[in-house]
Amino acid sequence: MNIDLSRRSFLKLAGAGVAATSLGAMGFGEAEAAELAHVRDFKLVATTEARNTCPYCSVACGVILYSRKDEQTGKNRIFHIEGDADHPTNRGTLCPKGAALRGFVNAETRLTQPMIRRAGGTAFEPISWDDALNKIARTMKDDRDANFMTLNEVGIPVNRWTTAGFLAASATTNETAWATYKVVRSMGIVGFDNQARV
Amino acid sequence: MTNSWTDIKNTDLVIVMGGNAAEAHPCGFKWVTEAKHHRGAKLIVVDPRFTRTASVSDYYAPIRPGTDIVFLMALIRYMMENDKIQWDYVRNYTNASLIVKDEFGWKDGLFTGYDEEKRDYDKSSWDYVIGEDGYAEVDPTLENPRCVWQLLRAHVDAYTPEMVERVCGTPSDRFLKIAEMIGECSSPTKTMTSMYALGWTQHSKGAQNIRGMAMLQLILGNIGVRGGGMNALRGHSNIQGLTDIGLMSNLIPGYLNIPTEKEPSWESYMKSRAFKPLRPNQTSYWQNYPKFMVSFMKAMWGDAATKENDWAYNYLPKLDVPTYDVLRMFELMDQGRCNLYFCQGFNPLLAFPDRGKVTRSLSKLKLLVTMDPLETETARFWENHGEHNPVDSAAIQTEVIQLPSSCFAEDEGSLTNSGRWLQWHWPGAEPPGDAKLDTWIMAQIFLRVRDLYLKEGGVFPDPIVNLTWDYADPNDPTAEELAKEMNGRALEDVTDPADQAKVLAAKGKLVKNFTELRDDGSTSCGCWIYSGCWNEDGNNMARRDNSDPDETGAYANWSWSWPVNRRTLYNRASADLAGNPWDPERPLIWWTGEKWTGYDVPDIAPTAKPDEVGPFIMNQEGVSRLFTRGMMRDGPFPTHMEPFESPMANVFNAKMRGNPVARLFESDVAHLGDSTEFPFVATSYRLTEHFHYWTKHNVVNASLQPEFFVEISEELAAERGITRGGQVRVWSKRGEVWAKALVTKRIKPMICDGKTVHVVGIPLHWGFVGAARKGWGPNSLTPFVGDANIETPEYKAFLVNIEPAVGEAVS
Repeated sequence: MNIDLSRRSFLKLAGAGVAATSLGAMGFGEAEAAELAHVRDFKLVATTEARNTCPYCSVACGVILYSRKDEQTGKNRIFHIEGDADHPTNRGTLCPKGAALRGFVNAETRLTQPMIRRAGGTAFEPISWDDALNKIARTMKDDRDANFMTLNEVGIPVNRWTTAGFLAASATTNETAWATYKVVRSMGIVGFDNQARV
Repeated sequence: MTNSWTDIKNTDLVIVMGGNAAEAHPCGFKWVTEAKHHRGAKLIVVDPRFTRTASVSDYYAPIRPGTDIVFLMALIRYMMENDKIQWDYVRNYTNASLIVKDEFGWKDGLFTGYDEEKRDYDKSSWDYVIGEDGYAEVDPTLENPRCVWQLLRAHVDAYTPEMVERVCGTPSDRFLKIAEMIGECSSPTKTMTSMYALGWTQHSKGAQNIRGMAMLQLILGNIGVRGGGMNALRGHSNIQGLTDIGLMSNLIPGYLNIPTEKEPSWESYMKSRAFKPLRPNQTSYWQNYPKFMVSFMKAMWGDAATKENDWAYNYLPKLDVPTYDVLRMFELMDQGRCNLYFCQGFNPLLAFPDRGKVTRSLSKLKLLVTMDPLETETARFWENHGEHNPVDSAAIQTEVIQLPSSCFAEDEGSLTNSGRWLQWHWPGAEPPGDAKLDTWIMAQIFLRVRDLYLKEGGVFPDPIVNLTWDYADPNDPTAEELAKEMNGRALEDVTDPADQAKVLAAKGKLVKNFTELRDDGSTSCGCWIYSGCWNEDGNNMARRDNSDPDETGAYANWSWSWPVNRRTLYNRASADLAGNPWDPERPLIWWTGEKWTGYDVPDIAPTAKPDEVGPFIMNQEGVSRLFTRGMMRDGPFPTHMEPFESPMANVFNAKMRGNPVARLFESDVAHLGDSTEFPFVATSYRLTEHFHYWTKHNVVNASLQPEFFVEISEELAAERGITRGGQVRVWSKRGEVWAKALVTKRIKPMICDGKTVHVVGIPLHWGFVGAARKGWGPNSLTPFVGDANIETPEYKAFLVNIEPAVGEAVS
C-alpha cells in the first residue's frame, strides 16, 4: 500500500492548525470551541490514498484512488478517483474516461461470483470456485491428453496443443502476464494472443 | 513509441496519420499542444474524417481509407526530387549505400519471386550482395544503380502528386503543401514526430504503412532525436507489456521466437539466429540471443533445463504455421477443431471481425472460460437479446464458466505504457464479492492441472510438472515475486568476462540488468528486456522522482523504462559522426572524446567510437533499413495494395485483390463483397468518451455518448434520402446493423480514379450488456482477413451499403 504522506496530508494538518490558531486570535471563547467540536469531520479522515495508473489507454495517466472501509462489506471501497498532479505525463489532468473511473470500479455489472452456463441453457447459475476450477482443470487435462500432438507426420517432435486457445488481457499487470505466460506455454498451447493482435 | 509522451514537447512538426490522438489519447495529446504553444510546432492531420485532432491542426488533408502507402511513398519521392534529405544521416545511418542483388525487382505491383498458387514470395532475391570478406557490399557515393538509395528512387517514381490525387483522393495541392511542411524537417535542427495508432495497423498491409513512415523519418534524420521518432500510440494500458512479455502465438518474452517445425533441435534453432554483423565493427546486439534464450529456459524450467538436454528445448511447442493467431483459432473453432477457449479480459464477440462467424465458432466449443471484472457479451454469446443477439440458446451446446476477476484498482504491479515506462501501481480496495486476482486464478488452474498429471500421468507431462513454481505461497504468487523472476537472478556467481575474479552478481542475487545474463545456465531471466526492473537496487518501477534536469522531457528517475531505463530508442543517432548533437539546442547524448554521456542512457556501447560503430546496434548492418531484405512477407519496400474490399482496382495491377500474400481462409472468400453491391467505404473508430466495450458499463460514459450512430456526409445523405438523425440500415457481405445517421460536414466525398467515393464512419462501443443502450458495432460488418505479416484484421477499410430504415428521426 502506498500511502501518500507528503503534500496532501501536510496540507490537511496545516489547514486544521491555521483554523485553530485564527479562532484563538480572534478572541472566541469556549462556546465557540464547543461549536467547533460539532463541525463535521474533514472529508478525508480515515481515507486511504493509493497511487495507481489509469487502466484505459497507454498514456497511463497517474491517478489517486481514495478509499475507506465500507461498513457493510468490511472491505475498502473506492469513493473517489482523481488525476495525480505529481505525474509527469498527465500532471493531474484526466480525459472523460479517466475522470469517470469510479463508475467503472463500482459498476453494477462488476462480477462477484463464478457462474456457469450449462449446455443448451438459457441462464447462468452460480458455481463455487472449487467446482469451477476443478471442472476447468479436468476439461483441460482430458482434452490435452486426447489431442496433444507430440510428433508431426514425419516424426519430428512438435509438442503442441491446438485444440485449446487462450486470449490474454492487455490491461493486466506485467506480473500477471508473466504468470499467464508460464502456465499457458507449459501446457503447449499455441493459440495464444492478446489485444495487440487486433 | 521510440520516444515518450513527454518528449513530444520537443518537436517542430507533428503528423497524425493513422490515428486520432486528441480523441483517443487526450492527455498524451496535451504534449502536442505544449509543443504548439511553446515551440511554435505545427500539426498536420491526414485522415478520412475531419477528426477532433484535425480540428486543432494547422493543416488537414483527407485520404481514402487504405491508401496510406501511396501518400507516404509520394512524400519520399517529393523529398528525393526536392533535395529534402538529411544527407549525413542517410549516408551513414541507413542502408542507402548497400548493394542489392541483381535479381531483385518490382513489376505490376509485385516484387520478384511471386507465386500466385502459394500466395507467397520466394524472397531469396530480396537481399544484399555479400562480398568475399563476408560483408555486404556498399557504394558510399550512392550512385550505383543497385544500391538501396537508387532502387528506392526507382521504386517511388510512380508515386507522383497526381497519383496521390487519383488513388488517395487527396487534392494534389493539399498533398504538396504537406510535403513542403514535412520537407523543412530534413534540416538537422528541425524534427517531426509521427503519431499513429490503429488507423495504420488495422489493414491487410498495416505493417507496410508503418514502414513507409519510418523510412520517411529516416530520410529526414528524425529517428533517435528529441521530438522525433515513430510513435505508436498503443491502445490498452498494458498492450505494450503483454507484447513485450510475448503473450502471442509465436513469441517468447523479449521478442524471442517460438521455434518452428523447421527447427527441431536447439542447434538448428540457434543456427538461424547467429546474427553475424553484415558490416565491419558493428555491434549486432542480437548476437546475445543465446544468453537471453537460455536464461528464459532456466526461468521456466529451472533445474530441469540443462546443457545436456539443450535447456529443455523439447518442452517448447514447435509451430507448423507462422502463427495460431486469433483469426486462425476462430477458423479452427468454426471447423470444429478447437474445443476449449479462454478469454482473460477480452471480449472477442464484439472485438473480432465478422461477428456472425465469431458466434458460430464459439457455439462449436465444448467449454468457454472467461475471466473478467465485468460482464462481457462474449460470456453471454449464447443468450438471446432479440435483434441485438438473435441466437437460439437451446441449440448452443457450449458450456461457459464465467470467473470474476479484480480490476486495476484492486491489484498491485506494473503496466508498460506506450513510451515503454513500467509504472508500478498499488491497490486502493479489495475485489468485490468473491472476485479474485488474475494471478490467483492462473495459479489455481495451473496447480490443479499439475496435480492431475502428477496423480494420473498423461501425455507429455514434463513441461507442466517441471515448471518453476517456487513462490512462497504457490496458490498466490505475489507481484514482487513475479517481477523479480522477470528481472532475473544469478544461479551461480556471475563474473566479469574481463576479470574472472570480479563477481558481478553473487549466486542467488538479482542481476543488475541483461548485461549480466549468461548462456551457460548460470542465470535465469523471464524477460530479458525487462531485466533491471527490480534488481538489488529495489523496485525501480516504483520510482517517483519527477525531476527533469534542463527540462528535456526525459524524466529519467520516474518509474523505469525498457531497455535499461533508456527513454529514447536509437538515441545514438541524435549525434553526428563526430558524436556531437545534430541540434545543439536539443542535445540528447554526446561523445566526450572517451565515452558517451548525456540526458539519456546511451543506445550504444559506452566507449564505442562514433565514427566506427553504427547507431542501430540491434541490426546486423549497424545502420537502419530503408530496404528490409526478406524480413517482411509482402516486400522489402512498401508498395501500394488496395484493401480486400475496395471501390477501385489496384492501379498497378487490376487483377490483384488486397494484399497478394495475405492469408485468406477458403470459407471467407465468398464473404468478401465488391463495389457494385457495396459501393461505400466504411471505417471504424472510437469516441473520446468511450474506451472500447468497457465504458458501456459506466453510466457516466454511457450517458455522454448514449446511442449507436454512423457518420456520413451531407452528400451521401442526400443521395440515399437519409435524414439527419434518421434511422439507417448499414450492411456488408457479412452482416447488418441499424443506427442513427449522424450527417456531418466532417466527412466529404472524395474523387478517386474519376469516381465519387463516400466514406461511412462506424464508431464502436455498443453491445447488449452494461449500462449503455443496446446497439451494434462495426464488427458485425468487418471482413475476416488480416495483415500479411501479423494478421491484424482489416477493420479500417471495407465496403458497405446504406439505406434509410424505419424509425423516428431525432435531431
